[in-house]
Amino acid sequence: MTQAPIALDTVARAAADPDREQPWADLGLKDDEYARIREILGRRPTSAELAMYSVMWSEHCSYKSSKVHLKQFGESMTDQMREPLMVGMGENAGVVDVGQGYAVTFKIESHNHPSYVEPYQGAATGIGGIVRDILAMGARPVAVMDPLRFGPLDAEDTHRVLPGIVAGVGGYGNCLGLPNIGGEAVFDETYLGNPLVNALCVGVMRHEELHLANASGLGNQVILYGARTGGDGIGGVSVLASETFDADGPAKRPAVQVGDPFMEKLLIECTLELFAEGLVAGIQDLGGAGLSCATSELASAGDGGMHVWLDRVPLRDSSLAPEEILMSESQERMMAVVEPAKVARFLQICAKWDVEATVVGEVTDTDRLVITWHDEVIGDVPPRSVAHDGPTYHRPYARPDWQDPLQADRAEDLPRPTSGADLRATLLRLVASPNLCDKSWITDQYDRYVRSNTVLAQPENAGIVRIDEETGLGVAVSTDCNGRFAKLDPYAGAQLALAEAHRNVAATGGRPLAVSDCLNFGSPEDPAVMWQFAEATRGLADGCVELGIPVTGGNVSLYNQTGETAILPTPVVAVLGVVDDVARRTPSGFPAPGLELLLLGATREELSGSEWAHVVHGHLGGLPPRVDLAAERALAAFLVEGGGSGLLAAAHDLSDGGLAQALVESALRHDVGVEVDLADVAGGDAFVALFAESAARAVVAVRPDEADAVRDLAARHGVPLTRIGATVADPVLTVEGEFSAPLSEIRDAWSATLPAALG
Amino acid sequence: MRIGVVTFPGSLDDVDAARAVRLAGGEPVALWHGDHDLQGVDAVVLPGGFSYGDYLRCGAISRFSPVMTEVVAGAERGLPVLGICNGFQILCESHLLPGALIRNNHRRFVCRDQRLRIENASTAWTSDYEEGQEVTIVLKNGEGSFVADADTLDRLEGEGRVVARYLGEDPNGSLRAIAGITNEAGNVVGLMPHPEHAVEDLCGPGTDGLGFFTSVLQRVLV
Repeated sequence: MTQAPIALDTVARAAADPDREQPWADLGLKDDEYARIREILGRRPTSAELAMYSVMWSEHCSYKSSKVHLKQFGESMTDQMREPLMVGMGENAGVVDVGQGYAVTFKIESHNHPSYVEPYQGAATGIGGIVRDILAMGARPVAVMDPLRFGPLDAEDTHRVLPGIVAGVGGYGNCLGLPNIGGEAVFDETYLGNPLVNALCVGVMRHEELHLANASGLGNQVILYGARTGGDGIGGVSVLASETFDADGPAKRPAVQVGDPFMEKLLIECTLELFAEGLVAGIQDLGGAGLSCATSELASAGDGGMHVWLDRVPLRDSSLAPEEILMSESQERMMAVVEPAKVARFLQICAKWDVEATVVGEVTDTDRLVITWHDEVIGDVPPRSVAHDGPTYHRPYARPDWQDPLQADRAEDLPRPTSGADLRATLLRLVASPNLCDKSWITDQYDRYVRSNTVLAQPENAGIVRIDEETGLGVAVSTDCNGRFAKLDPYAGAQLALAEAHRNVAATGGRPLAVSDCLNFGSPEDPAVMWQFAEATRGLADGCVELGIPVTGGNVSLYNQTGETAILPTPVVAVLGVVDDVARRTPSGFPAPGLELLLLGATREELSGSEWAHVVHGHLGGLPPRVDLAAERALAAFLVEGGGSGLLAAAHDLSDGGLAQALVESALRHDVGVEVDLADVAGGDAFVALFAESAARAVVAVRPDEADAVRDLAARHGVPLTRIGATVADPVLTVEGEFSAPLSEIRDAWSATLPAALG
Repeated sequence: MRIGVVTFPGSLDDVDAARAVRLAGGEPVALWHGDHDLQGVDAVVLPGGFSYGDYLRCGAISRFSPVMTEVVAGAERGLPVLGICNGFQILCESHLLPGALIRNNHRRFVCRDQRLRIENASTAWTSDYEEGQEVTIVLKNGEGSFVADADTLDRLEGEGRVVARYLGEDPNGSLRAIAGITNEAGNVVGLMPHPEHAVEDLCGPGTDGLGFFTSVLQRVLV
């Protein structure tokens, strides 16, 4: 939107002047898409209609490249998976029944491109957007998480984006009063220029408080409330989310939204009070595509049409053209449908919270979304055609010819440490590497305590929040993805991400219940990337069936690439589990000396895609660890039952960095030493035992008098169990016959990396 | 005993403060920033958060809330008032306490479990502690660096009005590692760390913070 229209473009004018040239290409539409719009309307669109279609038919809003693949999540769902689902995919967020009359809604979304352009505001509004999605379901937001990915830690641009992104996540989330209970911070060169900012929010409500987005009821009033509409974020969706960054391109800063978390906090409290008084017939948050999205989605989900008086929208900048008002992505806005008799009370509650609220429309029975500007009709469209009938692409995809050579180049063939001293040095080098080091430089910038229900937060396996103080009911959430595994085999990589999140939730004692996913990939116009996407979604859908947990919603972010270089395929998977009594949760830190250490699961010589190969050899090749979801299920059942019955003093999942990293993290937590003998692991190969990243494994600490009960439990679930040692008072990590290292030395290496790089 | 917890627009730890009051054995009473009414409570907590988005200066707008007229008047009559974090900032802006809280010296928000030493165990809010007792409660702030001119600092020290001090590395650049102070009468206390997040073993670093809330109950009962 560079030039404002000279005269108001109305429906009448569009009919009278059918051949006017329109900037559809600049708005990101393809010629066949523009032709389709003309066909739907039977005339050329007005400029306002063109604006609406262009943002709603963008990749970000319409999922036009991805939806043929995403369908699998619904199609493959079994009745057993559907059982806890109160609301499935397609709404603002999925809702699951967690028992005791409570429902939980959670969803993960990306805000990658805006965060590259303007790290602080991009990340901040990413949190703001996902929180409004949860709020729109009728739930009180209770926690956030932030899986982040950056270029190499020593890269100049990482020093530009990382501090801003972390400050933005913290600045917005902290000011909303939402505890940040976990996330990830992963570094890889493919994310240089394409940082990933994914944000997850969890909300809680009583079953009867569920609200859905629709505009039913002839004569009901449409109220826009929250912040005023300004010029920020105009075209953010179509310009930012659907193009790759071009080094020589124009500056795109104006397309990034600016957030005001204080307004959002008021919006949360105000909205929850509106729900509590039963004043809301339908509700939708304004995020990507702003009013275009909210009006067309509300109208098409209802049973009629809608009339919107666009000139009534309160503006921050009175010079905005109607098209810009429709496209603006100004933050902290909501749209509600309200029965006429309840409007006065609705406005009264908004006034109490100092939230501006304006009736901007009305539900009609015309089946049309009609938009007027000072009594002239500037838009008259079938709402479904904007919101749901966007294009569907069957993008070509093909397994790239580099995949075979990549898989043949195995990390198992790389030179390995040959002595105890080498192993010691390897361990110290790995714990200090960016992906495995202490992340508290980041997580200490987030409030993890607000609301006083945080039972576990980073660096635990999963975050846990209590949702009922009386009964101790709570939920556990973990997000995970190893993009290197997904590069080596996208199908297996997506399943490994799912398995890891599932395992992490179970390790804390949470019974896995549902999945949300954020699928971050390169350009869908590249058949190799599209193949990665197709394989990853197929893997995830199959994996969910095998684990018996449904995908409840999520988000796709494509075009994460600079030039020819795509990011590692990064299907971030969030698993949510139920904890019946949070007092029984299993922490990850070894709490005391004198505990037996037991390794669960089978360790294989699986080093391809591992942190060891990445850090020591800068190598990526081979096949990822074997996926065995039956073993994951058995291990999870063991961990949930063992934790719930109080048998496990501590548990740590094994993933990035293998057993070595798990032992280090659990030992450092309370400065409790560890003595292990790895003779019975991996055929006595201490290197493989310590650094292989075989899946379906965990290490647990148990009291000696309960070790037999734990062995029986493992046998009953068919989980291989190996006693590897014990915790000791002396704060030293000892691997029998190989090496020992004082925890203080390990801690120094582990904790120095981020502060040294970031200040 | 009824302890009021004020909710300003942007207050965040009001529910936490109310829970802490309840766990300590008191009855929490919700007070609204826009009311000229303390509902006859026996003490008041100004909770943490980002009232008015921290716009202009932390606490600078809340200070003019209708309820603050009553809080200031009550404090002058001896009503126990505890300001936590943003509440401390509001107390300073209201001139119930001297000094100011400015941006952390490292320019980042910090959230961590913080060791403190209770320096004055005779205020309305600290009488359940021993002087010199070391406690661990939650610290979380972006603008928590306590500053005052040297004369004021000397006077605070000299009159025993430093209530709590940071132990270990100063987390935010506070002068003389001051974490909390009191007024001359000892009924008004401002504290940058958050005792309301340390009242349950399950959801925080232990229960060291409970003493602030049990202390005031003793005072009120007398």
